[in-house]
Amino acid sequence: MRIPCPLCGSRDIREFDYMGHAQALDRPEPEAGAQAWDDYVHNRDNPAGPTRDLWFHGLGCGAWLVVDRDTVSHEITAAALARDVKGGAA
Amino acid sequence: MRLDKPGQIDRSQALRFTFDGREYGGFQGDTLASALIANDVRVVGRSFKYHRPRGVFSAGSEEPNALVTIGQGAASEPNLRATTTELCEGLVAQSQNRWPSLEYDLLALNDLFAPFLGAGFYYKTFMWPAKFWERLYEPMIRRAAGLGALSGAPNADHYEKAYAHCDVLVIGAGPAGLMAALAAGRAGLDVILADEDVRTGGRLNAETVEVDGRPGADWAQAVTDDLYAMGNVRIMTRTTVTGAYDGGTYGALERLSPDVAARTGAPRECFWRIAARRTILAAGALERPVAFQNNDRPGVMMAGALRAYVNRWAVSPGKTVTVFGNNDDAHRTAADLLAAGVHVAALIDARPEASTDLPVRFYAGAQVTNAHGRGGLEAISIATLSGIDKVQTDCLAMSGGWNPTLHLTCHMNGRPDWSPALAAFVPRDGAVPGLVAAGACRGDFSTHACLSGGLEAARAVIRELGKRARKIDLPQAEDAPYRISPLWAVPGKGRAWLDFQNDVTVKDVKLAATENYSSVEHMKRYTTQGMAPDQGKNSNVNALAVLADATGRGIPETGTTTYRPPFVPVPIAAMGAGAQGAGFAPQRFTTSHQVSVDMGAPMIEAGLWYRPSYFPREGEKTWRQSCDREVGMVRRAVGVCDVSTLGKIDVQGPDAPAFLDFLYTNMFSSLKVGRTRYGLMLREDGHVMDDGTTARLGEHHFLMTTTTAAAGQVMKHMEFVHQCLVPQMDVSFISVTEQWAQFAVAGPKSREVLNGILDDPIDDDGFPFMACGPVSVMGVAGRLFRISFSGEHAYEVAVPARYGESLFRLLVQRAEELDGGAYGMEALNVLRIEKGFITHSEIHGRTTAFDIGMERMVSAKKDCIGKAMAARPGLSGPEREQLVGLVPTGAVKKLTAGAHLFDAGAAPVRENDQGYITSVGFSPTLGHFLGLGFLKDGRARHGEEIRMVDHVRQIETTCQVVDPVFFDPEGGRARG
Ligand SMILES: [Zn+2]
Repeated sequence: MRIPCPLCGSRDIREFDYMGHAQALDRPEPEAGAQAWDDYVHNRDNPAGPTRDLWFHGLGCGAWLVVDRDTVSHEITAAALARDVKGGAA
Repeated sequence: MRLDKPGQIDRSQALRFTFDGREYGGFQGDTLASALIANDVRVVGRSFKYHRPRGVFSAGSEEPNALVTIGQGAASEPNLRATTTELCEGLVAQSQNRWPSLEYDLLALNDLFAPFLGAGFYYKTFMWPAKFWERLYEPMIRRAAGLGALSGAPNADHYEKAYAHCDVLVIGAGPAGLMAALAAGRAGLDVILADEDVRTGGRLNAETVEVDGRPGADWAQAVTDDLYAMGNVRIMTRTTVTGAYDGGTYGALERLSPDVAARTGAPRECFWRIAARRTILAAGALERPVAFQNNDRPGVMMAGALRAYVNRWAVSPGKTVTVFGNNDDAHRTAADLLAAGVHVAALIDARPEASTDLPVRFYAGAQVTNAHGRGGLEAISIATLSGIDKVQTDCLAMSGGWNPTLHLTCHMNGRPDWSPALAAFVPRDGAVPGLVAAGACRGDFSTHACLSGGLEAARAVIRELGKRARKIDLPQAEDAPYRISPLWAVPGKGRAWLDFQNDVTVKDVKLAATENYSSVEHMKRYTTQGMAPDQGKNSNVNALAVLADATGRGIPETGTTTYRPPFVPVPIAAMGAGAQGAGFAPQRFTTSHQVSVDMGAPMIEAGLWYRPSYFPREGEKTWRQSCDREVGMVRRAVGVCDVSTLGKIDVQGPDAPAFLDFLYTNMFSSLKVGRTRYGLMLREDGHVMDDGTTARLGEHHFLMTTTTAAAGQVMKHMEFVHQCLVPQMDVSFISVTEQWAQFAVAGPKSREVLNGILDDPIDDDGFPFMACGPVSVMGVAGRLFRISFSGEHAYEVAVPARYGESLFRLLVQRAEELDGGAYGMEALNVLRIEKGFITHSEIHGRTTAFDIGMERMVSAKKDCIGKAMAARPGLSGPEREQLVGLVPTGAVKKLTAGAHLFDAGAAPVRENDQGYITSVGFSPTLGHFLGLGFLKDGRARHGEEIRMVDHVRQIETTCQVVDPVFFDPEGGRARG
């Protein structure tokens, strides 16, 4: 499997760490309540088909990526820098 | 026997080799199989289950019978196919699965017990009594059934792994692959052409067909020369592409030529991972046998393989050959044999409408029903319309048709389509993204179809990759139609083999169907068909056709089993090349490593790092003696310890204080420049991730430390927090662990040691407890931190790594002059236990800030990672196991890490578990063992007597629960 890192280009899967679904970007407010925090920390869907997850290019540039991936075909359709997706300052 | 014709062997280079201890001769260009055939060796092995004599069956990597062990002693390698083993001078080969010898195999008795050894016999025969299984049946079966054995000795051979990238990977260098590579190469694409054979050409080397008016093999050589000259085409012969994986990644096993592999230090094999933008599969086709009674006799072989032996290697496995088939290829075999001057006793075509003008005895609409001859083929029975004929023959070439080698197209869960016209499965387009099949592996069998298929596939790929195809003329070649009438198994009694390698017969498959194992996946597992190392390359389609027939379904409805990588066996040694011994994990050494080793310190692993355990001195006989002395040294004088392995992360930027506030439970924005503070870091789920001190070197500049073990994890976590949660924060950080060498100088005399090397001496006012700042160390710009992991007045001094070794020498020398010296990990551990300082033994991933008594470090003034979840019910309170100190009070004065705690009167069973011990050490300072551990509601139970039971080491004692800070609870020694 290969992931197209926006900074490094197409790279082998061995250079990346997997984290899980990109909902980890959407950290609740401190007072959001138990359900919101449980959903954020623990609860994940297990889709057969398209999904978005977070990958860390640890053996490359160190960027966290949001990767669009199909869990059935394993096709990777897009990869973006998490900081861009999150909409922060570059 | 060797034929009087040239072939593709070099008769000027004679080679000697041995097989089962007997010496034979061959030529450069031979395989072990062709050389054995040249020497009239007919029996080359014994079968897996019935120990039946077996001969060479094929001429390629699909070989089920001729498995041999190559080499001797530690370097011997079992289960290699004689058909793909290049002959070389001095080759030593042994047959397998026979005892005591190939000719007199005592276990051939199994063949007589065949009625009891059919499909599923494991499950039926040895069910009862159960206890006999491990002791009797399994060892017996393992001895009787098997292939080659490993030597059991460490293998000194070298293996490699490597990566390659290309625009186009062409798999197979037959006519289709060569044309594809030629077109892609001329278009300027970066091409890898891989073929498992030692030379390019594929079937052109085995056939007598012509291309552009010259012998096919000559044409192949000319194209290959062109490709070599291009510079943008890499030709990888001896390289089998073994698997197709996601994203255009392919695994490939390269065998090095025996001449290369014989060189000292050269690898025998290399496992490649090839990343290709596009792939053209031109893997050809594999011929399939026909099942009839005793079709496994030595001398019965594949017709296409026989042509390869005759045409390429100029050998014939028989003097009087018969040919049997259900398609036109059988006729081609007879023609080639006649042209080579080999006597053809009969040509048998199962198709009633077949005809021939070859000068041979011809049977149309006839079938071979039995093969006779115990040690090797002597005669065959033929069922004709007018009865049974018996023909004397010592070699039968059979062809049941061809199966496209489509395995790679199915490696990503694809299934092939059934082609009734070809009576074979053909690959489905798009089954592997970026891969197209061309030539015989797509079901295009004529030479012309292969050439044009390869060219067309390449043209499409060239367009897709945005290049322009150059004009290439399609060479002239035969375009004979492929006519076949399916024939899987000849009806009749007796055993007819489907899977030669695993000894599976038509009867076994029918039995599976009868016993309702009618799904092809169940049949496979019940009979073990296709589960041998050859993965059923020449039996899968036949077996499922027999199953389809037995269950009254069609072949497409029956379907295929799952094709899985690797296409050929890949040695673990090649796949994991380099990862043996010390190569298994990289070693990280501190700058003081060699000095420590020279001082006699045993080094222990700490993650990937190596750290000194203790520094033995004259007269010390045990590690405990050294450790006790080193602890006392630090408490009374001064000790020096390399602490460079702790993770050091340099954090800078206007938002650095806010970032650290978010990262840690406690405040860092309030830390003054020139001061250091201990910090606690949680995971988002509320459990402790790591701890360490952070120094504020400037308004916007911090240096934080992590534990040695968690450095990488913390760095990744920080990147996550910054990039994914607070990207708006203007902060940058980088690991500087390897840039700085850092040494703890601990003990009452630590300042005295330091003042001898600092250009500007320090005092308590200028450098109080938890101070930090830049210092000049004998002219070198360094950093000093007044922090303590021992509880003593202590410092950590850091210099750029290149000065580390000399600073360590100097510090140790000065410490020794003051009755101190170096101390290792054992003493460091005892020192911190005496002080109740935690490590990852305590913050092991399941403990909370509350558990370790640090809940007050979770600041109420701000949010931080893990704060919300740490407040969940159940993560604090009296039901939690809390950090406590333990002191033995029973008869046994010893504590062990990992032991569990129980109430004094309670039985030591899981239900009564009250906690466990995480760290222990003998305290020379206090004169007894100390333990840290977690105990239910522990903080409220100080003073209580509790029972410790180590079920593993069988140690039991009572101990008293105490505060985890055993020594100097007020902390005056560190501050003073
Ligand atoms: Zn990258």
